[in-house]
Amino acid sequence: MYAGVMTAPPLALVNARLIDPQAGTAVPGGVLVQDGVIAACGTDVTAAGLSEATRLVDCRGDVVAPGLIDIGAFVGEPGAEYRETIATATAAAAAGGVTSILARPDTSPPVDDPAVVDFLLRRARDTGRVRILPCAALTKGLRGEEVAEIGLLLQAGAVAFSEGGRTLRNARVLRRAMLYARDFDALTIHATQDPDLAADGVMNEGELASRLGLPGIPREAEVIALERDMRIVALTGARYHAACVTTAESLKIIARAKEEGLQVTCSTSINHLTLNENDIGDYRTFLKLSPPLRSEDDRLALCEGVATGLVDCIHSDHVPQDVEVKRLPFAEAGAGAIGLETMLSASLRLVTAAHVALPTLLRAMTSRPAEILRLPQGRLAVGAPADLIRFDPDEPYVVDPAALRSRCRNTPFDEARLEGRVKLTLVAGAVAFEAG
Amino acid sequence: MADLQLRSRHHLGIEGLTLLEVNALLDKAEEAVAVSRQVEKKRATLRGRTQINLFFENSTRTQSSFEIAGKRLGADVMNMSVATSSVKKGETLIDTAITLNAMRPDIIVVRHAQAGAVHLLARKVDCSVVNAGDGAHEHPTQALLDALTIRRNRGHVEGLTVAICGDVLHSRVARSNILLLSLLGARVRVVAPSTLLPSGIERMGVEVHRGMHSGLRDADVVMCLRLQRERMHGGFVPSTREYFQFFGLDEAKLSLAKPDALVMHPGPMNRGVEIGSAVADGAQSLIREQVEMGVAVRMAVLEALAQHLPNA
Repeated sequence: MYAGVMTAPPLALVNARLIDPQAGTAVPGGVLVQDGVIAACGTDVTAAGLSEATRLVDCRGDVVAPGLIDIGAFVGEPGAEYRETIATATAAAAAGGVTSILARPDTSPPVDDPAVVDFLLRRARDTGRVRILPCAALTKGLRGEEVAEIGLLLQAGAVAFSEGGRTLRNARVLRRAMLYARDFDALTIHATQDPDLAADGVMNEGELASRLGLPGIPREAEVIALERDMRIVALTGARYHAACVTTAESLKIIARAKEEGLQVTCSTSINHLTLNENDIGDYRTFLKLSPPLRSEDDRLALCEGVATGLVDCIHSDHVPQDVEVKRLPFAEAGAGAIGLETMLSASLRLVTAAHVALPTLLRAMTSRPAEILRLPQGRLAVGAPADLIRFDPDEPYVVDPAALRSRCRNTPFDEARLEGRVKLTLVAGAVAFEAG
Repeated sequence: MADLQLRSRHHLGIEGLTLLEVNALLDKAEEAVAVSRQVEKKRATLRGRTQINLFFENSTRTQSSFEIAGKRLGADVMNMSVATSSVKKGETLIDTAITLNAMRPDIIVVRHAQAGAVHLLARKVDCSVVNAGDGAHEHPTQALLDALTIRRNRGHVEGLTVAICGDVLHSRVARSNILLLSLLGARVRVVAPSTLLPSGIERMGVEVHRGMHSGLRDADVVMCLRLQRERMHGGFVPSTREYFQFFGLDEAKLSLAKPDALVMHPGPMNRGVEIGSAVADGAQSLIREQVEMGVAVRMAVLEALAQHLPNA
């Protein structure tokens, strides 16, 4: 969809509240988009002096910011088209203000072959509304045994490497893979949940799990795996991104690693920032996530981490699940929640609750993931790709699951009151979504 | 029988019951004990009603107890054995619920291996649902029958020290009893090796003991829990003989409790694992009385729910 933009007429977003996440500023002004890139932006971009051909959008004081870069979502293709397709995932993303999606490699077949990367990029070009960035498998077949063809996968267009939701059991394999990845300066993204400690656990271990009679996953499953990974980062010197940290203790580990100068960054999911284990209530399977929702103390620590920048990124952790795997007893139900379409408005709860300022919040979903993935977008700068969104952060609405664009309806924000709806999404200067 | 109104249409757990409701249920169960001891045991409270016992886990004793309770109240009782049903062929719990619901039963009694499964089913049907045990979550009628047994032997539950011993981690009986006995004012202890204690158990208002010596001291009631066979060998405890040595209730350990302490077990027992035969069959054992009280308590629950049924 963003292919033929070179011929699109210029477009100006004026009378906006411009948020520059890199600078951390919010100023009134406008953005001029031409040939798919930002041609001008700032207070001097107004309705005056624009050429006849320019499409003018009066933003009426709404926020204009870079489109979100989601550093972790499952888009269904190839192999799980009944759960999601690139068409439906990117429609949801565009409506939610997400303009780039890092697509998880744990598909069927997995993204461990340059041909699959190529397939994803072509499917995205032909059916997607926003950018799809393939994250390739770190090991062949995601089996955790042999290193994948990192060089060839990079050449094909992969931007990072991971094992999807899995954590490598074998530290020797992880060491080799990261050592090899370092030679290509490739980024390793790794889930950190010790599979043996997590075992058959289905929610955070503690009083609530005990009361519900559900097997728990201790925080230490994450802490131990993360601590081990930090040693391997130090050993290999590779670039490493913790896929989804969920505990207060994990943040201490990340802080120490950063102090030591290791090339370590981390994400947490929008769910872990806005929900806690109590939301599971009466066995609500839409709240069954992996890693599991933690306590309110952990959630608050994560919010604080976003405010200080210790938590680099917020991702949607978009995992569409068919209703059949959610309409089961909690322990048997599938894990995961959709999130592309609601990530922005859910994240604004952190602003409403005064945990974090809006530019800082957006930074974790725009310029920071762009820096980590080494992408040109995610910035409000002349010459940057015109991936932009317009939204009113105060506009209230109630989430109607039936109206969501994802192929699945497993949203934890079912009927929730949120604020901040996207009105316009541009990808490379072309309209990917416009509210009717 | 005395008039009794429960607030809920279902009986899913001890959680959510008030002290008033619990005492009323126990009083009603006392009346049911008297009924069951007569020659003519049949009542007409549930006449014309259909009760389905839907057991996804085998349990001869609980299922027959519910069957007898329903029949004594005049209900038509049907037992659905899941081993021979379409559930084994991949039909989901919810599809099963919807199918059964279409047959217009009045009460469904459910046992399921997963915590929360009975709640899930209850949301999908129009009739009343009774939880006959869901995973490691709750087994409310077991707790009620235990409380009734204690009350009949001591006259009250309040102020008594009750030691619940054994596999608390996997036990729905323990959870329901902790909730119920605490509600009734007992001091509840759990006594188990740390590997068989759930995380955060102390925040459920119980005293935690890792050994029988401190756990049983001056206890009024000693309640043993069944240790599942698959958990005996190395997973949670090293062996049955080691377990019996330290946690099996024998006469020596029982002597630490009050001299007339009551001995209880939800059954079925593993003799020589969590309880020795001399204690199980001894003078302090109430294990057979518990079974009798089971029928009475289930009659009380079914009858209380009958008041919520349409046209009741």
